Amino acid sequence: MTSLPALPTPKKLGLVIDLDVCVGCHACVVNCKEWNTGGYGAALSDQHPYGADVSGAWLNRVHSFEVVPEGGEIVGEAGEARIVHFPKSCLHCEDAPCVTVCPTGASYKRTEDGIVLVDEEKCIGCGLCAWSCPYGAREMDLAAGVMKKCTLCIDRIYNETLEELDRQPACVRTCPANARHFGDLGDPSSVVSMMVAARGGIDLMPEQGTRPVNKYLPPRPRKPLAASAGQMPKGEDTSGATGFFAWLDGMLDRI
Amino acid sequence: MNRTERVALSEPVADEIRKTTCYMCACRCGINVHIKDGRIRYIEGNRDHPVNKGVLCAKGSAGIMQHYAPARLRAPLKRVGPRGSGKFEEISWEEALEIATGWLDGVRQDDPKKLAFFTGRDQSQSLTGFWAQQYGTPNYAAHGGFCSVNMAAAGIMTIGGAFWEFGAPDWDRTKLFVLFGVAEDHDSNPIKMGIAKLKQNGARFVSVNPVRTGYSAVADNWIGIRPGTDGLLILAIVHELLKARRIDVDYLVRYSNATWLVIDAPGTAEHGLFARDGEGKPLVFESVTEQVVAAGSKGARATLSGRVQLADGRFAVPSFQLLAEKYLDPKYAPEAVAAETGVAADTIRGLAAEIARVAFDEAITIEQPWTDVHGQHHQGFVGRPVSFHAMRGLSAHSNGFQTARALHMLQVLIGAVDCPGGFRFEPPYPKPVSAHPTPHGRAEHFGSNKPLSGPHLGFPRGPEDLLVDAEGRPARIDKAFSWDAPFSVHGLMHMVIANAHAGDPYPVDVLFLYMANMAWNSSMNTAGVIRMLEDKDPESGEYKIPKIIYSDAYASEMVAYADLVLPDTTYLERHDCISLLDRPISEPDAVQDAIRWPVIEPDRNVRGFQSVLIDLGARLRLPGFADNHGKPLYKDYADYIVRHERRPGIGPLAGFRGLKGDRAGRGATNPEQLQRYIENGSFFSTHIPLEAQFFKHANQAYQDFGVRMGFFDTPQPVTFQLYQESLQKFRLSAEGVREPLAPETHRQRILETFDPLPDWYRPLGEAMVDGHTFPYHAITQRPAAMYHSWGSMNAWLRQIHTSNALYVPGSICERLDLADGDWVWLISHHSRIKVPVARMEAVNSSTVWTWNAIGKREGAWGLDRNVPEAQKSFLMNHLIHELLPPRQDGLRWSNSDPITGQAAWYDLRVRIEKADKGVVSEPHFPGIAEPDGERPSPMELRYGQEWEQ
Amino acid sequence: MHPASSIIVFTVLSGLGYGLAAFLGLGLLDPSAFATKVAYISALVLIAGGLLSSTLHLGNPRRAWRAFSQWRSSWLSREGVLSVLVFVPLAMSAWLCAMEGRYSAPIGIAGSLLSLATVFCTSMIYASLKSVQAWHTRLTSACYLLFSLAGGALLGSAFGVAGSGSASPLSFFALVLLISAWTVKIAWLRHLDSLKPLSTPESATGLGAVGRVRLFERPHVTENYLTSEMGFRVARKHAAKLRKFALLLGGLLPGALVFLVLAALLAGAEAGGAAILALMAASLSHIIGMLAERWLFFAEARHAVMNYYGG
Repeated sequence: MTSLPALPTPKKLGLVIDLDVCVGCHACVVNCKEWNTGGYGAALSDQHPYGADVSGAWLNRVHSFEVVPEGGEIVGEAGEARIVHFPKSCLHCEDAPCVTVCPTGASYKRTEDGIVLVDEEKCIGCGLCAWSCPYGAREMDLAAGVMKKCTLCIDRIYNETLEELDRQPACVRTCPANARHFGDLGDPSSVVSMMVAARGGIDLMPEQGTRPVNKYLPPRPRKPLAASAGQMPKGEDTSGATGFFAWLDGMLDRI
Repeated sequence: MNRTERVALSEPVADEIRKTTCYMCACRCGINVHIKDGRIRYIEGNRDHPVNKGVLCAKGSAGIMQHYAPARLRAPLKRVGPRGSGKFEEISWEEALEIATGWLDGVRQDDPKKLAFFTGRDQSQSLTGFWAQQYGTPNYAAHGGFCSVNMAAAGIMTIGGAFWEFGAPDWDRTKLFVLFGVAEDHDSNPIKMGIAKLKQNGARFVSVNPVRTGYSAVADNWIGIRPGTDGLLILAIVHELLKARRIDVDYLVRYSNATWLVIDAPGTAEHGLFARDGEGKPLVFESVTEQVVAAGSKGARATLSGRVQLADGRFAVPSFQLLAEKYLDPKYAPEAVAAETGVAADTIRGLAAEIARVAFDEAITIEQPWTDVHGQHHQGFVGRPVSFHAMRGLSAHSNGFQTARALHMLQVLIGAVDCPGGFRFEPPYPKPVSAHPTPHGRAEHFGSNKPLSGPHLGFPRGPEDLLVDAEGRPARIDKAFSWDAPFSVHGLMHMVIANAHAGDPYPVDVLFLYMANMAWNSSMNTAGVIRMLEDKDPESGEYKIPKIIYSDAYASEMVAYADLVLPDTTYLERHDCISLLDRPISEPDAVQDAIRWPVIEPDRNVRGFQSVLIDLGARLRLPGFADNHGKPLYKDYADYIVRHERRPGIGPLAGFRGLKGDRAGRGATNPEQLQRYIENGSFFSTHIPLEAQFFKHANQAYQDFGVRMGFFDTPQPVTFQLYQESLQKFRLSAEGVREPLAPETHRQRILETFDPLPDWYRPLGEAMVDGHTFPYHAITQRPAAMYHSWGSMNAWLRQIHTSNALYVPGSICERLDLADGDWVWLISHHSRIKVPVARMEAVNSSTVWTWNAIGKREGAWGLDRNVPEAQKSFLMNHLIHELLPPRQDGLRWSNSDPITGQAAWYDLRVRIEKADKGVVSEPHFPGIAEPDGERPSPMELRYGQEWEQ
Repeated sequence: MHPASSIIVFTVLSGLGYGLAAFLGLGLLDPSAFATKVAYISALVLIAGGLLSSTLHLGNPRRAWRAFSQWRSSWLSREGVLSVLVFVPLAMSAWLCAMEGRYSAPIGIAGSLLSLATVFCTSMIYASLKSVQAWHTRLTSACYLLFSLAGGALLGSAFGVAGSGSASPLSFFALVLLISAWTVKIAWLRHLDSLKPLSTPESATGLGAVGRVRLFERPHVTENYLTSEMGFRVARKHAAKLRKFALLLGGLLPGALVFLVLAALLAGAEAGGAAILALMAASLSHIIGMLAERWLFFAEARHAVMNYYGG
């Protein structure tokens, strides 16, 4: 059904993304592409792969932002600007507008775990779901004419042919910096939920009213190095270093 | 309707998983290649693999697109058009090998030095080096000279090992990690995993880097230093630590040469050298008996200061006294260096304070009894949980050797080398310089039809080991190990083409290159290099570099300049060996090596380069490759990996040796060895006993373990060389007091840069140009998704970085009225390029930078001619000359570190001028033809569509 | 938002068709007149043409029938269902008029209501999208309905004059509706111009607490589906010009023409070819103006996703 599940789903499977650790290496982006182009539904096609207007369908992308403090938190050594790498894929919203706008019922949210999926057999490729999504989580596959989106690697997480340890989304499994975590955000005692609670995990664009399941952990507050400068003695006269060598002799005697 | 029925949740991923080793960059991660219907379905990290423990980066995950790239070469090629045209004809392997054998055999008979054999992105240097040695040319090296030789040479000469392949931070225990410069280049997955651990453990991560991208973006503290001044910052930290008396005196006395006595006899041939006894052992002053005794004498309590009279009447002081006096000088105070480095004094002092606090107030101990090489027992390993890492950022400056030395000195001063929580060695390192060979290549080392008398690359102990003739002229084509760059332990690949073209020191007949894009992004002064490759001798009409053999798997820019192309396989189609004899992948706790094997059979007429080299070796009847009757010793590289022995029982692979495959390190060859590797996930790992895991440089259990494993035949403990005697020998030569004397032309430069104690001087390229005319620094880095990957033509990766812009600090943008998308001229003393700009704030205010090696030559890499890579994108290389500006006497030095010859990519100084809007960056080169006919350029890729469920 | 020509053509043509159909359904034109028969056919052709055009936008048009299933939640599905349903009364009315020369009020009024409901559904496809703030207002539906009716009245009045040979009440409606439609549209534009972005790069990334957020690098250098679909930006100057153009051709010029025709006819002039031509010209001008208006409707709308793409 194109309507959202009437009751909150018993599980809210999703991702927690740690912006304090993501180094923007795009590992998750490419591994996602690689897994999903041969997996769920149509291949993730690329247009003009070796040409000028190269483009393709991707389910996960890493944006890079520059954040310049303006009376905000002091970062870096003197409040300098910083780069924040920002991976983004479907947030599997509880109030997913992409589901309700779908005219064919292709777009749906699973009642058992909250994963938002596209049934490609039903998709007419109207693109309205992509319009309705404020996050840009859906991309049309131009070759198949169907909408593609993150499936949370549903063909991995329930795949009994995989080792238990590997039953997690490809992006999470491959992330070298451990910036991506997968779990049930509906269970307050899950590791991901506790992480969100401890680190003040946030929703993207809460004003859009979509109630995303995926959470982002903001960069941790920083303490400037200059704050430690006082620990070092200043001002001693170092000429000839005689005081230093006297101390050194003392040290040697104690060894 | 039940939705889940529509989704096939438990489909098997593939028919088979083949485990091998990644080669998309230099990390050498373990990968699981999933094969379905004979095609690659999926590549993931191997969870059991010690390097990557299951993770895999963007490059590794894009392996499918690399493997099936249209840019792959398809057959051996013989040039038919002029060089650079890209016009070739396909020939058979037999013909190709006959041509190569003909060329190489002639040279070997006539004058073997007329072969210059240089390998670029080579992970088989133990084979290529051995081959070159058996061939007998003195002219061999890999690409380390333009990569990170400063880091390797400084590390080995100072502590017996360096970062990356030689050691790593103790990620699990370190509490403060300081990263200098760009480091996304080497060891990328392990560092990312390490940073994750730091964050998890609440450790502090400080990044010192002019540009705040990648790892620096997540650092707790970012120090946006001015390029080339890291050494000064480090010495200021040393100043602070000495002043605050926050150093590990016990550690220094035990493990470094701080106590060794340095002769104080100015004007004599031994001034500044270590005082030694009759056996050559360095001397120390024993404080209880007040006698001069040999270092390491049992029970001796050596002093760190005080002037001592030696038995011969000369005076000497412990080297540490020289060290302390040097760095306590107020010129190293934070306030004194703040302007030069662009780092506030309080920040420097704060960093020093944090290093001291964590090293000494948060020290950790692992309760594990152990015995040092002097026979003394210790109850545990004391850890100073401060660790450092640096790579190209420090390396690629002309003061990089001294800077890297400074960093290692800092680590030793706080007692943080190979201790819990510090930087830890990875076997077979540490190794003292004395365990390394000296370089070979002087006239007496080679001759017609005979092997070189020893390895090409090594560590000179002093000027007497240089590869120069009686007049001091270089013996090697790249002038490595000459007065120009005495410690060029990786050679100077970036100078080969320029020198061969100039016939200086002599012309060559055959240039043989492997996987080195010297006609494009691997050369300084790319346009000049292209001209040199195309240049002909006006009299003979022959090319100045007459014959070029090149091996590559892809249609790179360099292919167009080869006369004979030997097409290599992709990394999934080949045998390889990541050997302890070569560039190891060990971990601090374990000895490791690995292989690659053909998980997919080649579908083109291509052969793995190493097998081709072995074939050529046999055809040339090189010892080690053919027997006395000329019969080949090895079928191919796989056979060589298994059966070659460097010393009895020591082969390329350490694992599964012995007839039963149960021996590690030393053991008889095992015909089943490769199969055993494959069964084990294509790697081998054996753990170091716990009591041997730390203080390896002085740990008896580790030294014994190393001998058992065959790293060395006798224990090789390392005494950290804070004071570097071999550098002082060069200064004595330059002062004219010690033989051999340095040429007059080189004396001043040696005196200025060869300080035996870590030093800082302004980078040569910067010092020689006018700071007002060229006020900014220009640097590059490759993006994480492409670092060290051979071919950014990859259909997936190129979508991430299709073109590059010049990142310009906001303050400069405002001054020049620049907005994103505007174009500028970027001008150096050598050349100028026209490029698009983008604004950035998180960058040092006097530094512009760009992503390197995005720019391609039109027609190369199997890309369409109008791609952004070939039109809008650009290389900074055009601005960088391989030579420094001329001096007053007209001589020009190589744009390299004067000590190691490391290419000084990051010394570049520029100015910016706003330009008209552009479409195509300048310079733009005429397109080259595709070497083996037009490639199919599919309009669309639907990889994996056949497996749609 | 990318102004896709298929959608622009669809909304303009089918809007016009539905507007005409709505007036035809009221029985204001003489069913026996030939011009009225043509009007019925024109309405159907416009609607069908628009709908066909809209399917060009689909990735998989062969499955378009599936779009009728989700009328309970999806405005697009509702539009689809109604666009088919409305054909029943419209075709019947057209048949009655064309074949039998008569008009049936129940069928006609059903057609009118369904036509307007269809246009309303179309408008709600856009107005319901919170992700496109410019559209997310009741004014969007009002504009769609009023423009549809204005266009319908305009075209209808041409057929009315042609059929009756005298002034048509539709001309009067056209004048009133043009004024109302543009009044509402101007309010819509004011609303657009005064929008405070609901979402910003700061809220999109959650990094507002750290500082001002600016895109440093796109995830991919070249355009992707999202940027080509939603990243369209029109220069402010260009938009201002086009707005004037739309108002001129879509409102002022047709309004003036209708007014002149109406005044002339009421003053007793003969409802001849000149009047019909003038009204036809007014309709054509309106269509061109509407194409511009609709182009701007997309081009000026900023999608929330552009907070991630520096747009």
